[in-house]
Amino acid sequence: MRPRATGSAGAGESAPARRARQPRGAQLTAIKSVLFLACLTPFAHLVWGVASDALGANPVEAVTRSLGWWTLFLLCATLSVSPLRRLTGAHWLVRLRRMLGLFAFFYAALHFITFIWLEHWFDIAEMAKDIVKRPFITVGFTAFVLLIPLAATSTDAMQRRLGRSWSRLHRLVYVIGVLGVVHFWWLVKRDVTDPAMFAAAMTLLLGLRLLWTVRDRSSASRAASAGRIV
Amino acid sequence: MLIRRPPGTLPSEITPRSAYLRRREFCKQAAALGLIAPLLAPSGAGAQSLTAPKLPGKSSPFSTKEKHSSYGDITSYNNFYEFGTDKQEPAIYAPKMRTRPWSIAVEGEVKRKGPIDLEELLKLAPMEERIYRLRCVEAWSMVVPWIGYPLAELVRRVEPSSRAKYVAFTTHLDPATMIGLRQPVLNWPYVEGLRLDEAMHPLTLLAFGLYGEVLPNQNGAPVRIIVPWKYGFKSAKSIVKLTFMETEPRTAWNVAAPHEYGFYSNVNPGVDHPRWSQSSERRIGEDGFFTPKRKTLVFNGYAEQVASLYAGMDLKKLF
Repeated sequence: MRPRATGSAGAGESAPARRARQPRGAQLTAIKSVLFLACLTPFAHLVWGVASDALGANPVEAVTRSLGWWTLFLLCATLSVSPLRRLTGAHWLVRLRRMLGLFAFFYAALHFITFIWLEHWFDIAEMAKDIVKRPFITVGFTAFVLLIPLAATSTDAMQRRLGRSWSRLHRLVYVIGVLGVVHFWWLVKRDVTDPAMFAAAMTLLLGLRLLWTVRDRSSASRAASAGRIV
Repeated sequence: MLIRRPPGTLPSEITPRSAYLRRREFCKQAAALGLIAPLLAPSGAGAQSLTAPKLPGKSSPFSTKEKHSSYGDITSYNNFYEFGTDKQEPAIYAPKMRTRPWSIAVEGEVKRKGPIDLEELLKLAPMEERIYRLRCVEAWSMVVPWIGYPLAELVRRVEPSSRAKYVAFTTHLDPATMIGLRQPVLNWPYVEGLRLDEAMHPLTLLAFGLYGEVLPNQNGAPVRIIVPWKYGFKSAKSIVKLTFMETEPRTAWNVAAPHEYGFYSNVNPGVDHPRWSQSSERRIGEDGFFTPKRKTLVFNGYAEQVASLYAGMDLKKLF
């Protein structure tokens, strides 16, 4: 769901990071399977909660909020892959990124379905009114719509076909992350603790990228002007 | 004469001395059971706590015939920000709040100032059961069988002066148990208020009980206000002060976000909250995954009784 981080194998990398062990083959498959099940756990928990009436007095609200919360969590997880790879040298982490991104889309889609079904009972006119009239819904809806092309182009074949534009397209995830946090911030009544937590995470994840991009560019240009081979 | 309850204390109401001596132990047990009772109560069933002291009230023509929300839902899904902003938190933290001794201070533009003890308040007027719709500003609703009597009984007794046009209610402030006070989510203490004619309206209740029992703390024990035609936050919980005023009181949510929460805050499907629609609501325990939300009624269905209070007012401006 994200482009390959620029300069991840470049100047900023430390020596011990390069020595990090890279799981492959059966080991990677095992890690992926565990991650897959872990990502499904919140969904399974909600299904169980609805079936056994264990979600409190307002299960609809509980389901909607939980789906939104996990969407943001998984967006943050997806966006953590590149920085973690750069900081630890664990390049194999990038092999998990597509799954994390697709699970973010999965929870976003379910969250959107609760909006159509439980909030508006499939009343398209009311829904359209809500999307236009209420900034927090406008923002959330936009974020969801932007996620669709990213999910649709997440296959290896699409990545090959789109080449460089694939990377550019998938930079949309930065915008989606910010919109998602704004959506959460604007909807809470008064206590912004949870949205503030996601805002801090998003600021850190996007801030690191900005910092690294600026640093890599300036060191690259310094190297170029010194006439060294980069 | 047949309707009035006999005054004074009946022999059957006198607590046996042995039970009286074990009262603290009983309170602790009650609190502990009260904590888990909402979890044990099957939702949809109208079971009481079975541990809270009884507080019966005679039935009232003002009661709705709609299906009651379950005791479990009413006592486990609460907005009582002093005990945290999660709706599950008040049921966890509020039981530790002490509700005895308790008194309400009466201040401001009023002849008979001073504190009124809770025991005196409990005997001030005959208890009634009022089954009211409760509409939260967050677009959900319940049907609650309150026990109490009209607030007007108390207001008349303390004799507001001719200058009193409003009355403000102040909620208890107890930093030891109210964990929500650590965050400046609202201006503490919580203050709500009504115009005096709203406070005197026969629908406005001074409530002490729920489901024929003493109020659980998370629902505003030992005494609270109920204004059924306004959004729930107007019905102040665990009140310790009544202040009669000449000017409109500065109320908590109105101060926090004046463009979102007006002083009047009458239930009005025609005036949306800036961030969400108020045209429909989800009835807790009834409207869920397989039924759509229901239409919200103007004045929460009490227009016939209260619309005249606002004759000539632009309720879109004075929301």
